[in-house]
Amino acid sequence: MHTLASLEDIVMQFGAIRALDGVSIDIHRGEVLGLMGDNGAGKSTLVRTIAGNFQPTSGRYVLEGEDIQLSGPADARRHGIEAVYQDLALCNNLTAAANVFLGREITRRIGPLKVLDHRSMNNRAAELFRELKSETRPADLVERMSGGQRQAVAIARTRLAQSKIVLMDEPTAAISVRQVAEVLALIRRMKDQGLSVILISHRMPDVFEVCDRVVVMRRGRKVADKQIADTSPEEITGLITGAIHTA
Amino acid sequence: MSQTNGPDMNIDLLKGSDRSLLQRMMLTQEMWIAIAIFCLGVIVSLISAKFATTGNLLNVLQNACFIGIMALGMTPVLISGGIDISVGSILGLCGVTLGILLNAGAPIGVGIAGALLLGAFCGAVNGSIITFAKLPPFIVTLATLSIGRSLALVVTNNEVFYEFGSATDSIIALGGGYTFGLPNVVYALIIGILVLHFLLRMTRWGRYIFAIGGNEDAARLAGIPVDSIKVSAYAFSGLMAAVSGVFLVGWLGAVTNAIGTGYELQVIASTVIGGASLTGGFGTALGAGIGAILVEVIRNALLIAGVNPFWQGTFVGGFILAAVLLERIRSLRR
Repeated sequence: MHTLASLEDIVMQFGAIRALDGVSIDIHRGEVLGLMGDNGAGKSTLVRTIAGNFQPTSGRYVLEGEDIQLSGPADARRHGIEAVYQDLALCNNLTAAANVFLGREITRRIGPLKVLDHRSMNNRAAELFRELKSETRPADLVERMSGGQRQAVAIARTRLAQSKIVLMDEPTAAISVRQVAEVLALIRRMKDQGLSVILISHRMPDVFEVCDRVVVMRRGRKVADKQIADTSPEEITGLITGAIHTA
Repeated sequence: MSQTNGPDMNIDLLKGSDRSLLQRMMLTQEMWIAIAIFCLGVIVSLISAKFATTGNLLNVLQNACFIGIMALGMTPVLISGGIDISVGSILGLCGVTLGILLNAGAPIGVGIAGALLLGAFCGAVNGSIITFAKLPPFIVTLATLSIGRSLALVVTNNEVFYEFGSATDSIIALGGGYTFGLPNVVYALIIGILVLHFLLRMTRWGRYIFAIGGNEDAARLAGIPVDSIKVSAYAFSGLMAAVSGVFLVGWLGAVTNAIGTGYELQVIASTVIGGASLTGGFGTALGAGIGAILVEVIRNALLIAGVNPFWQGTFVGGFILAAVLLERIRSLRR
């Protein structure tokens, strides 16, 4: 499979704490990669490094054959790397369309003034929701939405730009069973469109349902990197807890 | 929009609803306040013939405009999740500055520009301390409320200015004069409402103000320049306090260093009654203006009904509590 990005020997040191201790991961095009590990295993640090929130202490970050150094999440977005955060980072008081376009509003000129083009944003958001097969309506307020619809809004945000990698941090942690199915379907649709999705999750069934490959972290190190077909929930659980050392 | 709960703030403003214009108007908080003002007016004019006279109504309107202009400034601050209780002191400091400049022989344009710049600067100072020192807005503006009033005393040395040099006539004409039968300050409020409505609804600045009040972290993650937007909101609040100050000085024809004392409570009451949320995320320009009129009508009604004016602070405080309680009830229903 074609490698889109790779992290090589990434070390992330916070004072005396080594949160990532030489982690190397390849990210492939059109693949859903599951990232698992117990709390404090280094998952979040790794994700934040990929998303540009943290600059690694050492190691290489290669995207499409070129070394990159991200100065922040905005820089990461410019490189086509989008993150969907656990708390979704949505503004409840704004509409779905306003959230989708937050920070990248479409404007039109009226004389010397640049004004928001509400109609274009609503239409484009409606298109994105249709692509995602979500029933979310662009003009609805986010605070009145279900967990699944909120995920759709957060994911639609990532679809605005020509993103290549979408990081999803526990997207199914706080939603109902029916909505979990909806979110997993959204992830599959992103994969079908050729995106690389990195799914951070505690939920074994979700990972085994949508992921192609799974990486397990423990104590800042990568302890497993396996195709889903070659492993089992039991083995992954053992790797997470440390009952199995490496695989 | 699936819910039809009565006073529903500016939600309709933020979305292209499929309801008709009239239906949407009936759902807004502004409409309910307008109805309240009308009903109250009818009741008071039945009690006393003094209320519904042209002179009294214009007086009420004029008073409401001074507060309303400041309430327009308060609106973006509240929407962004902050609060500015220093506006009365900023008005005071800008008012005495205008008096000193004109008294020293400055042309009216220079005097007004100086007062407005100072107002925006004071607001920017508030905003910068709040944003960069990460201190609570209430505490910061409580401190600057005290500092501003004290500086007004320092620069005037407790002197009253009623002589504005060559600008005397024009400043009095501006603040106390009428155009087409209405006090000039009414036009200032109307223009202010239109401008702020445009800014909040049609510009990125307005969108970001709402976003910051809705979820500041999300706004930061979206790459919005949260800090400078917040500073600009406070600067706008300071500017509007100064605008109000310019008209107030002209209307009074004199400046004392006590000008604007205690206005902050009426301003906050007006803004909150007009639908702005003290927890951030909601508010409209029209609501701020109409809220100011309601507060002033109630004050005037109490005076005309013969209620001891000492009670007024109790009523203003009561409005703030009532408006916040209403907001709480509404957010529970959501």
